[in-house]
Amino acid sequence: MSTQSMTNQDAHAHGHEHDDHEHHDPVATKVFGFWIYIMSDCVLFASIFATYAVLGTNYAGGPTSHELFELPFVLVETFVLLASSFMIGLATLAMNKGNKQGTMLWLALTLILGAVFVSLEIYEFHHFISEGAGPQRSAFLSSFFTLVGTHGLHVTSGVIWAIILLIQIATKGLNDMNRSRLMCLSLFWHFLHIIWICVFTIVYLMGVI
Amino acid sequence: MFGKLSIEAVPYHEPIVMVVLAVAAVMGLGVVAAITYFKKWGYLWKEWITSVDHKRLGVMYILVAIVMLIRGFSDAIMMRSQQAIASGGAEGYLPPEHYDQIFTAHGVIMIFFMAMPFMVGLMNIAVPLQIGARDVAFPFLNSLSFWLTVAGVILVNVSLGVGEFAATGWLAYPPLSDIQYSPGVGVDYWIWSLQISGIGTLLTGVNFFVTILKMRAPGMTLMKMPMFTWTALCTNVLIITAFPILTVTIALLTLDRYIGTHFFTNDMGGNQMMYVNLIWAWGHPEVYILVLPAFGIFAEVVATYCKKRLFGYTSMVYATVAITVLSFIVWLHHFFTMGAGANVNSFFGIATMIIAIPTGVKIFNWLFTMYEGRVQFTVPMAWTLGFLITFTIGGMTGVLLAVPGADYVLHNSLFLIAHFHNVIIGGVVFGYLAGFTYWFPKVFGFKLDEKLGKASAWCWIVGFFTAFMPLYALGFMGMTRRLNSYDNPDWHFPLIIAAIGALIIACGIACQLLQLFVSIKNRHQNIDETGDPWGGRTLEWSIPSPAPFYNFAHTPVVEERDAFWHMKEKGISEQKPAEYQDIHMPKNTSAGFFIGIIASVFGFALIWHIWWLAIVSAIGIFVTMVLRTFNDDIDYYVPAAEVERIESQRYQKLSNQA
Repeated sequence: MSTQSMTNQDAHAHGHEHDDHEHHDPVATKVFGFWIYIMSDCVLFASIFATYAVLGTNYAGGPTSHELFELPFVLVETFVLLASSFMIGLATLAMNKGNKQGTMLWLALTLILGAVFVSLEIYEFHHFISEGAGPQRSAFLSSFFTLVGTHGLHVTSGVIWAIILLIQIATKGLNDMNRSRLMCLSLFWHFLHIIWICVFTIVYLMGVI
Repeated sequence: MFGKLSIEAVPYHEPIVMVVLAVAAVMGLGVVAAITYFKKWGYLWKEWITSVDHKRLGVMYILVAIVMLIRGFSDAIMMRSQQAIASGGAEGYLPPEHYDQIFTAHGVIMIFFMAMPFMVGLMNIAVPLQIGARDVAFPFLNSLSFWLTVAGVILVNVSLGVGEFAATGWLAYPPLSDIQYSPGVGVDYWIWSLQISGIGTLLTGVNFFVTILKMRAPGMTLMKMPMFTWTALCTNVLIITAFPILTVTIALLTLDRYIGTHFFTNDMGGNQMMYVNLIWAWGHPEVYILVLPAFGIFAEVVATYCKKRLFGYTSMVYATVAITVLSFIVWLHHFFTMGAGANVNSFFGIATMIIAIPTGVKIFNWLFTMYEGRVQFTVPMAWTLGFLITFTIGGMTGVLLAVPGADYVLHNSLFLIAHFHNVIIGGVVFGYLAGFTYWFPKVFGFKLDEKLGKASAWCWIVGFFTAFMPLYALGFMGMTRRLNSYDNPDWHFPLIIAAIGALIIACGIACQLLQLFVSIKNRHQNIDETGDPWGGRTLEWSIPSPAPFYNFAHTPVVEERDAFWHMKEKGISEQKPAEYQDIHMPKNTSAGFFIGIIASVFGFALIWHIWWLAIVSAIGIFVTMVLRTFNDDIDYYVPAAEVERIESQRYQKLSNQA
């Protein structure tokens, strides 16, 4: 509690003359707010995981997870995603050095890898559906498609966000606004990969054991 | 082209609906005509619709809540009169399919579109002022939240005239709400109005959580925060953790209905018990989301009008936090009869009873604050006293229902209906109406009429007991909820009493509206010159009424709990600052308004399966959002001279009075 008011006063003391009684730091507030949003997103995924835990073995006579999942393919997806996480890490490092070109390069690589991941996932979904294992087949498949698809939708929106951010950095440079945006996107990206690790473990690995 | 929508969707053969629509249309046209006649469109647009000022948004939230209170209460009157008539197998005047829509709409409207906007509105008005902030952490997000809520409101009201509303009960349990048993658009209206407004609520939760943790005035540690801010903080924690569950639950039901998945269906491995678990994992925290801020309001009101600091501040903070945590481990008491087994039921039964302990702590805090205080019997105090008695009774019937054995008998009976109205009306509504009266002068600069306020409180309290005590008895007599007609003659008399009670509550609402009208008319007699009409204790009373748009000319420095009281005791509350500085403020924006309106079109398109319109409006929302992020011109500075001019008016008034 007392640290809270300390930081308040610190920010107060360091603010430039116009912001004299602006007793909070807008960038820090934004990133903190985004953290809180991510926590709520975490609850969202938790609810879908819970649903998968309850319905995940209700095959209704249809294909089972043993028959459907191919781990090598999922492993490739995982590595693509982890590599993109590494890229966005490099992008934030470049940003902290004030390197606009580097930031944009790494961010572009991040979003390309993200797009590759989404394409792989669409391929997998398409493959399942063409084999007669669509989301309408059983409760297991409904919850599988919803859980993995919700993650995929998040990654897709991250890719779109990255494209917009690239345009913004290109036109306006690494200003405070764009810095805080990249910080938020990077948080979002890492968070999605933690979720993916859970998906990989709970859905795919446990599904073939 | 129009999906499932056709002219048949308008219920022109139902006279009740058509009369309501006609009245609504006439009133709507009247408002539009009045705005046009007085040339107020520009003012409305500039000062309200595009406003990001938390006080203005708060007022608009409460306006929505009052309109929806009237709509939801009309449903209540219709249900009470139907049950008073439809005895001995008589059919009454509402056919079953209409009656089912009415009780569903009543629940949905009262919780989502009356109580929630009212709570968020009060939070908007009071929280930034109580913590000495100029605005919330994310002002644009705040405006967006409001307009998303409005989108939900629009959809619920459109369902009255175009198509139908859900006939499933307010939580739309599957399999009844599945496409097989509810093939119409009613459940889809339910889905999209809640989904869109729910996202608005979630954003509000994040926004206010960050505001309270990051934007408090220097010196205001957590344990020096006003009680209402504390309860608002806990409510926001609950919103952040509970609303995503609602989002998921509704989304899964949507998938079941729209693309034929099997989450909650009877066949192909679906499990409707999962739905009931999920929806109550949100639903139980939701009741605390509503009632905690009401508790906070009572704490402010009691301390202010008893001229004493709140008794046991620390214990009340811990009680609030305990309720916040416990609210997540009691959801199963809503379906003891599902058959989860004796051990599971006992765990949830005991957890439920434990919540009575922190709640009891709070009751004693309020009582001991009054003890030996100089109690002023103002309107907010009338609500508070009514609350203390009513809520205690409701709490005790709740503990009774928490006994799984008793619940097997009382489940789905009118006893349950009486219980939750007892806590929601007695706790939530009384609390919000107290807060409404309490903070009204801070927003508008004049006080509300005392006499009519008290008349309203009396009508509500007496009306509540007349309307709901018979329902407890009816529960014991075996009457279940949601009955359109019944053949047991013993139930008739208590139901007539209950209908009379509803009429008394109607008088209460009429007094409330009359109070607003009279107070506005006589505003010059009730003007609040000082900004501190009640002898307040917290920071919102240290600034002029109505609060200037920048709230505080200087960020206050807090030394004690009840910061303003402390300033008054030290004699520094009316000190004029030596100089003023430029103030940094957010600019108005129309982005929130447009996103909200397009979102309601988006919802409407999905309800009626008008896919092209859904795609177009989704793109519209996306583009508006992106355009907003490209706009850097989002803030400005109020020059010091302007601040000085506004502030000196108040010091002029103060010295005139002295």
